[in-house]
Order: sequence, then structure tokens, then C-alpha cells
Amino acid sequence: MSERADTPLIIGDEKFDSRLIMGTGGAANLEILERALVASGTELTTVALRRVDVTGGTGLLDLLRRLGIRILPNTAGCRTAAEAVLTARMAREALETDLVKLEVVADERTLLPDPVELLDAAEQLVDDGFTVLPYTNDDPVLSRKLEQAGCAAVMPLGSPIGTGLGIRNPHNIEMIVAEAGVPVVLDAGIGTASEAALAMELGCDAVLLATAVTRAADPERMATAMRRGVEAGWAARHAGRIPRRYWAHASSPEPDPG
Amino acid sequence: MQIVLNGENHEVDGEPVLARVLADAGLPERGVAVAVDGEVVPRRSWGEHRIADGARVEVLTAVQGG
Repeated sequence: MSERADTPLIIGDEKFDSRLIMGTGGAANLEILERALVASGTELTTVALRRVDVTGGTGLLDLLRRLGIRILPNTAGCRTAAEAVLTARMAREALETDLVKLEVVADERTLLPDPVELLDAAEQLVDDGFTVLPYTNDDPVLSRKLEQAGCAAVMPLGSPIGTGLGIRNPHNIEMIVAEAGVPVVLDAGIGTASEAALAMELGCDAVLLATAVTRAADPERMATAMRRGVEAGWAARHAGRIPRRYWAHASSPEPDPG
Repeated sequence: MQIVLNGENHEVDGEPVLARVLADAGLPERGVAVAVDGEVVPRRSWGEHRIADGARVEVLTAVQGG
């Protein structure tokens, strides 16, 4: 068994037994969200920051407190480093956490990260004492630079947010994993459980997903599937898989001589 | 005087102190953060922070996302 097989996930000063981070986005209501969060076994969940709706109440925060799930605020919707830094500071003030999922996207159509603004924001937030988890492109060079800037993890996308297209460039994810000295969290693009398992088999330390569960026909059941997919992929990664071979290799003994 | 509260014009009567303006507007105290003209105002300063006429005040909270 590999040394890392049953170790908890550590991001900054935080320790997690679950390697599935499930976001709260996309659930039709809080009851469906609650059932999905519980089924996923997640210990960390994302929220976004938006203007207070006086009639809306604070049901989401009450729910997360009741379930004992830690909160990872995001900077979704930010297009520039300045916007993301302000949003992160607002999140720290509102939610009393230094954790931030840093998202700085380039445009609405792709929701792909803007690498220049992302790195700039990451540097400012690290300097300001945040534990920064950047949502990044599946780019080994950018991931390395984010780590050098002091990010507590790197979170490369499998494919664009909400597409469910899975992991389009597994080799890039493997290269990020091979070089990273911080946890690698596969973030965005997961559509089904086999893709969550693949992320872990490629060597990721965790998977972050929301839409794949919250917009599934049966979110609670899909959350269970994702939990098992992540667990299976992690176990397989550290169980030492057999090498791929070109020709068949019998698993039964040679036939007896005639 | 008038301020812009979460993108809408908002009339402030009496002392333009942030804590009072938020309370009068019926905004929750827990789980929110406030920025005035693009700068975060820490909760501990709400009691003495005076708002200028025309200030842009943003009050944010956590919603489902990500």
C-alpha cells in the first residue's frame, strides 16, 4: 500500500477525510441540496457571494452550519484581479474563513480562467493571508506559477464549467500532478462517476464538482455515485495497478500436458 | 441624503452611520459583509463608520454557487 493511501486531504491548515468537495450551485432547493450534500459525504462546500436579498434569509448558511460542512467561498463572476480580491475580502468578512476558491474568468461563453488576472489575484490574496485555491486551466506551467505564488492547492479544470465533458486532456492533469507540491483538485467538467474516478486515478488529491450532482435527475443518488467514484479512483491509484501489456497473459495455469 | 444601496437609490434619514443604515434597511447582521465605495468595512467599524452623500454601499452574503 502506498504511503498516501489512507492519509487525509490537507489544504493549508485544514484537514479532510473526504476527497470529494461538492459545491452548492445549481440545486433546485435547499432540501434537495441537503440530501445531496449528505450523500456525497463532503466536508467542504463552495458558496458564491451576492447582494443580500432582504426577503431571502440566510437558509443556506444555517443549513451548512447544521450539517457541519466547512465553507469555501468562491469569486465566481469576477473578470479582473481587482474584482476577485474585493470579493475574497468580502467573503472573509462575511463567512469568517481565510479559504477562497479563486475564480477569475475571461468570458461568459467559455468561463475559462484568465491566466494573467488569475495569477495577479493569487499573489495579492496570498500576501493578504488567504488560503488560496485557484480554479485554473489544465496548464502545467500556470499551475506551477500558482504554486510558486503560494497557493495552498491548484484546481485545474477537466473541461469548461457545467459542460459535463469530463477530462479532455488527461495527460496535462498527469503532468500537473507529477510536478505539484500542493494538492491537486480536479475542478469543473465532471459529468459522471467514472470521470471522478479517472481524476483520482490520474493522481489528483480531490475532486470538486457541483452541476454533475445538483442538476442530475436524482441528485442524491448521483452524489452517492460520485462519493464512490472518488473513493474507488483513489484506492485504485494507490493499489498499484498492473502494467498495460500488448499481448494476452493467462491468469489460469498452463493446461496439463496431454 | 441619498446613497446607492445594493444598486438602488436609498434615502438615509438621521445619522448616516453604517450600522444604523443597515438596521433601518432591514438587512441581516450575521453572514454578511459590507463594502463602501469599493472598500470592505470590517464589522467592528460599522458602529462609527459615517457614510457620505452618494456613497455606493454593497451588502453581500453567501448564496448557492460553485
